[in-house]
Amino acid sequence: MGAKTLIIDGQTVSAENHVTILQAATDNGITIPTLCHLDGVYDVGACRLCLVEVKGSTKLFSACTTRVYEGMEVTTQSERLKKYRRMTIELLFAERNHVCAVCVANGHCELQALATSLGMDHVRYDYCFPKWGMDLTHPFLGMDDNRCILCTRCVRACWHIEGAGTKNVAGRGSKSHIISDLNEPWGDSETCTSCAKCLLSCPTGALFHKGDTVGESERDRSKLGYIVNAREKQQWIV
Amino acid sequence: MQLDDLQTIAEKHQASRKKFCLRTCMSAGCMSSQADVIKKNLESEVKTQGLEADVEVRRVGCMGFCGQGPLVGVDGHAQDGELFEHVKPEDAPAVVRSLTGGECALERGDPHHPFFAKQLRIVRANGGIIDPERIEDYIAAGGYVALHNALTELTPAQVIEQITRSGLRGRGGAGFPTGLKWSTVAKSPGAKKYIVCNGDEGDPGAFMDRSILESDPHLVLEGMAIAAHAVGADQGFLYVRAEYPLAISRLNLAIKQAKALGLLGGAIFESPFTFNIDIRIGAGAFVCGEETALMASVEGKRGTPRPRPPFPAESGLWGCPTLINNVETFANIAPILNRGADWYASLGTEKSKGTKVFALTGKIQNNGLIEVPMGIPLRQIVEEMGGGAPDGGSIKAVQTGGPSGGCIPAQHLDTPVDYESLVKLGSIMGSGGMVVMDDKTNMVEIAKFYMEFCMDESCGKCIPCRTGTVQMFRLLEKITARQATAADLAKLEELCDMVRATSLCGLGQTAPNPVLSTLRFFRHEYEELLQSDAHAAPPPATPA
Amino acid sequence: MDRLKVATVWLGGCAGCHMSFLDLDEFLFDVAAQIDLVYSPIVDCKEYPEHVDLCLIEGAVCNEDNLELLHKIRARTKTIVSFGDCAVTGNVPAIRNQLGRDNTTNVLQCAYVENAQENRRVPDATGIVPTLLPLVRPVHELVRVEYFLPGCPPPADRIKAVLVELLAGRAPALTGANLKFG
Repeated sequence: MGAKTLIIDGQTVSAENHVTILQAATDNGITIPTLCHLDGVYDVGACRLCLVEVKGSTKLFSACTTRVYEGMEVTTQSERLKKYRRMTIELLFAERNHVCAVCVANGHCELQALATSLGMDHVRYDYCFPKWGMDLTHPFLGMDDNRCILCTRCVRACWHIEGAGTKNVAGRGSKSHIISDLNEPWGDSETCTSCAKCLLSCPTGALFHKGDTVGESERDRSKLGYIVNAREKQQWIV
Repeated sequence: MQLDDLQTIAEKHQASRKKFCLRTCMSAGCMSSQADVIKKNLESEVKTQGLEADVEVRRVGCMGFCGQGPLVGVDGHAQDGELFEHVKPEDAPAVVRSLTGGECALERGDPHHPFFAKQLRIVRANGGIIDPERIEDYIAAGGYVALHNALTELTPAQVIEQITRSGLRGRGGAGFPTGLKWSTVAKSPGAKKYIVCNGDEGDPGAFMDRSILESDPHLVLEGMAIAAHAVGADQGFLYVRAEYPLAISRLNLAIKQAKALGLLGGAIFESPFTFNIDIRIGAGAFVCGEETALMASVEGKRGTPRPRPPFPAESGLWGCPTLINNVETFANIAPILNRGADWYASLGTEKSKGTKVFALTGKIQNNGLIEVPMGIPLRQIVEEMGGGAPDGGSIKAVQTGGPSGGCIPAQHLDTPVDYESLVKLGSIMGSGGMVVMDDKTNMVEIAKFYMEFCMDESCGKCIPCRTGTVQMFRLLEKITARQATAADLAKLEELCDMVRATSLCGLGQTAPNPVLSTLRFFRHEYEELLQSDAHAAPPPATPA
Repeated sequence: MDRLKVATVWLGGCAGCHMSFLDLDEFLFDVAAQIDLVYSPIVDCKEYPEHVDLCLIEGAVCNEDNLELLHKIRARTKTIVSFGDCAVTGNVPAIRNQLGRDNTTNVLQCAYVENAQENRRVPDATGIVPTLLPLVRPVHELVRVEYFLPGCPPPADRIKAVLVELLAGRAPALTGANLKFG
């Protein structure tokens, strides 16, 4: 195995071989903002919020997919990175119809929390106000495309933790959206097991339990990580 | 199959040749103007005039002068290499009569025109000469000898050494040294390795790879097979976009022919070397030209890129080491082995060796495909070969590299065309698209066009590319509608920087390039469209 | 020193932000001692005055009356604060934008006919309902805004945090929980 020694934000840390920068940082109490990462779900490096600077390269690296190496020097909080992160969040708010005031995830939404922590006091880009629908055909779960940020955590949870493969991405670019099966109404899906792992994984209010109030919609997203840990590492106690 | 057998096939083919040959271009461009009917009419006209013993009508690939098509070339005539332009089906009798001294009022191309004279044809050497649907034609032109020699005389390491020494760099755009890539794949541990040929040519106005695949499919297959030998792969995939049906059908035919002759499949040239090639057809996404997205597509997944590292050379198709090169790169391999690495390295500039094929389009007299030595000044291409802007206009800029590239203004036309010089001017070599703009072209509109393209083609996986291109496009719309202020322009520049630095793959990372490069050289065109901010208040003030 | 001339304006919003303002309770006495409230829904003044030092704008810009007033405010005001989510993001009023750009008929049809229980009729008397803008816009998309005070509504202590700074002549800088939307 062997361990690696590296420097993150000036702090010397040691990390297990083959872990990602994100893992090494988290283990040492250093927070890197993320949206598409979720413990238990494999990483895709899509949201670009966890981009960090690595000494010796002008490129930025997604912390969730880049492995540590001996002597690596990582900066997670430069002015440039902070600026890019805030812009990323602003772009997301401008992209779809995120109305915090009337959202079921208000108060426990990762997008909203990031806007707060990254100091977003307003969005400088023109709002797109696209017309997206909702899928309310499932007996007790609902999907609102207006609030979706396309992190694909639900897709990955559905395929790789539940193994059902119901959730998929259709379309491309800004027309990308999450579908059930081959774009069937969710309620007609023959693959969906109604396990609601998609709901657990969703960072916003895009996936919700029908009829739940804002207070009832708080979810313990870390559950997925526990399931995978138990399954893969046979570790039952956190 | 042995070397002798190749020679027998070549000799047999030569013996079947007739006194005259009417070469009819049957590539996509000329086909769209009834080249198939022209060929049929020529054939029946040869019969009618009783010239069957002396005249053959031959299907050939692209001759390059696409803007003048349909083209018919003549061999064996008093003026060997004569070229008829803008041929129509009803011209067949006159064309055939001209072989026996008859009058023919058809436009004739000048084979000594700089458009042809300044070319150096290596990968396009057979284009417009051989019948792409007959493997015998390719073999008669020296085909598959390089593969034979590589298998029987060279070790994989020696092949890689040749390619490295030739100085060949990837023709897909980035210009990564091909030999280095090959040796990385060769060294990567793993019993199973793959070869992938990227034929997902998607830049607007670019058709170099299509032309190579349509005109000389075996050249690409041979290059892939040599690569497979060099890196230790036994399976290849040729990824072609669905919009190239003619290329796909010719490749399928070529693979079948090569297999039948024992040039692909098992025991190639009676050696233990086995190599199969399967075709994979794209579904219309530009992003699948990006190597990791392309591989996802080959695997049958949604064609979206993934972060690198790991690079395909270490972990590509199904996690195995994979060599992925562009069509034109593979097309260079057999000529390099045939004529030697030193010969190839003697062409071009210090860091950019060999030739490059360009699709010369836009506001230019002579449209078409050209293959030129690296380092040729841009001015020679557009002014001498291209004949300058049409209708007495002047050239304002040349766009290279498609949506990932930039515009090179007229004052830099003396720049040599090589990887480094183009990058210095904020553009890239790219895959070979070269769009000429004249003085009537609005550069902001050009930037907007490319941004719209990137916005539509973004796969949607990463946020900066998916949403950033939308906002940049909107800002460009606002500017061209004369509704934007200086603050909007600043916002656009900030977004360019952010999308470039943070996007996941090359599509997003280079999407701002057309804006950045037009801003660099034509900033005044943007500024002329700006409005003063009527509601601009003094800078943030605190009340007294 | 002259007392600060302060205005509060109610554009397309629910007045919740103004209600929250009133929740400042006894701090209102401190405020009152330092300012002249020259224009507000709670002040009887028909015309937005000249030379206003500070204006809190509640609500999104929904119709031509809003827009006209907004331009007047910008021309006559030193410092503008976007007050609450509607002013900052468009919020609930902007949900109608999803019905389509440049399609105000759709909006009226949806509100007065499709979703109405009685008297299903689009109001058409002139001069009663101001002409709707093609899109509901947040304030800063139309005029320059100096400071942003998000929240739906912003809680009173958040309003206080901003006012304390502004009254002291300093630039407010909201951080942490004070920046929460919704």
